[in-house]
Amino acid sequence: MRHDRDKGLAGAAVGVGLALGGLAFGAFLTQRRKGGGDDAPFYTRKSPERDDAVLGRTVTIRKPRAELYEFWRDFGNLPQFMENVETIRSEGDHRVWTIKAPAGRTVDVRTEVSEDTQNERIAWRSVEGSDIETSGSVEFTDAPGDRGTRVSLVMSYDPPAGELGRAVAKLFMREPEVQARHDLKRLKMLMETGEIATSARTKDETRKAKQQENG
Amino acid sequence: MRALTWHGTHDVRVDTVDDPEIINSRDAIIEVTSTAICGSDLHLYDGVIPGVRPGDVLGHEFMGRVVETGKDSTLEKGQRVVVPFTIACGGCFHCKVQQFSACENSNPAEKQDMSATLYGHPMAGLFGYSHLTGGYSGGQAEYVRVPFSDVGPIAVPDHLEDDQVLFLSDILPTGWMAAENAEIQPDDTVAVWGCGPVGLFAIQSAIHMGASKVIAIDHYPHRLALAKQMGAEIIDFRKTNVREALMEMSGGIGVDAVIDAVGMEAHGFAIDNMIDIVKQKVGVGADRASALKQALLAVRPGGRVSIPGVYGGMTDKFPLGALMEKGLQVRTGQTHVQRYTKDLLKKIEEGTLDTTFMISHRLPLEDAARGYKCFREEQDSWTKVVLKPGMTD
Repeated sequence: MRHDRDKGLAGAAVGVGLALGGLAFGAFLTQRRKGGGDDAPFYTRKSPERDDAVLGRTVTIRKPRAELYEFWRDFGNLPQFMENVETIRSEGDHRVWTIKAPAGRTVDVRTEVSEDTQNERIAWRSVEGSDIETSGSVEFTDAPGDRGTRVSLVMSYDPPAGELGRAVAKLFMREPEVQARHDLKRLKMLMETGEIATSARTKDETRKAKQQENG
Repeated sequence: MRALTWHGTHDVRVDTVDDPEIINSRDAIIEVTSTAICGSDLHLYDGVIPGVRPGDVLGHEFMGRVVETGKDSTLEKGQRVVVPFTIACGGCFHCKVQQFSACENSNPAEKQDMSATLYGHPMAGLFGYSHLTGGYSGGQAEYVRVPFSDVGPIAVPDHLEDDQVLFLSDILPTGWMAAENAEIQPDDTVAVWGCGPVGLFAIQSAIHMGASKVIAIDHYPHRLALAKQMGAEIIDFRKTNVREALMEMSGGIGVDAVIDAVGMEAHGFAIDNMIDIVKQKVGVGADRASALKQALLAVRPGGRVSIPGVYGGMTDKFPLGALMEKGLQVRTGQTHVQRYTKDLLKKIEEGTLDTTFMISHRLPLEDAARGYKCFREEQDSWTKVVLKPGMTD
């Protein structure tokens, strides 16, 4: 793992989507999980090591674990709440995430599922030929009583490779943790209420409409 | 449509804006028949709340007829409804435990960050009350898009006039919850600071809940007269030493419960603005902060403190010692309107609560800007303003 990466670029790379992850991510997580000394998730640590491009976020959703697992497992569902992800399509064992970029451009992130434990955990990582190197996982655990399910998303990513990646990163500076937070909130809204809250008064004022307008 | 829009401090105008549309499947569109100006709208008018943008449609107390429904709305066209100012989804943890004003799903995801930074958690969505609470277009308009219309709006029978039921949207349940938060017991003496609409409804509710004596504190003669009319004893804080009077009027024990229906109007929401605002407006700021401080000193040991008044930031010299050493219980919060509407509607129908006594002015929507100005500047006589979009001069 590199710890000297350019934060701006790294941030932008994830901003490009919740989508994505780094190599050797599993080993990295294991290492981090062991080293703590307290029971808090590793990504909440104050240590200066946290300058790397890893983010984690948990949201509690008032739905059964199996339902949420099934929803996520169908990757085609994810663009419904991931604002920067245009489509996720299957190509053999791979999923190709098409991520929106400014000026009508897109980047393709090619991933494979690296772990799939029913109703518990799904992990994915990018493969050869992906525009961005990334990995991620989502875990589903029961919340107490009838509070539903805790959904924890952890993402890691490498700075974007190549000229296109860099261009996208520069143009598309979005704080990755903010993006992850918002996307998970939207997932919660979608699952708990069947829709994603908007304060728009007219259809033309919705974020979706405005994004299309800005192309 | 025509709507009251915010353009800056003390600059609100009735403009023509785009009509609302159904966007989500649980939405409904309401044609507004009555809508009120709330004391808390004056915070927006005074420009002390950040996150209000030019062109925003204000108003969070409104009712009207359903004119359009999304496919998952449970309302029917033509139905007459009152709409709670708090937007609640009905499906999240907080809605399930009836804490509707803490709904996790009604404030759009991208709007939650500001209040989450200020308070540790995001606020729920509210109508017409800045982008901190979602940036929803409000009810001082001809039409409103109402999200989660299957959860909030309550149908009202045709034999009840608008003026009788309009305040179910906010101030009636707010006054009621204020009294409930004071956990009123028979034989209690209760003191209420502020005889604005919420304070007046809190007085009525406290008496309804069996308080043996309610003491109202204000300085506007007409507002004190309304409090007296509702059955309260009154104290004019400009003429009387409030703490001494409360001790005497409660037999030297101190009042059992206190209700702060004043709030901290002089204060903005942004933390770093707070100190400056206090410095700039020492008179107003200090006066208003002192209501709660006075209440904390006046309440008896082991007593209850209820705070329906709006506070947005921080305060200096808070008597924390009185809170701890006297073992006080404090309850506060934005009103969980949806929790109360059904029961309160029943009480209105039975005639046990008077909901119209405080209305001083009824104006066409076109006169809304004048309504704001007078409501702010002539507080004694302009106790409550109701706007009627259908009314002509």
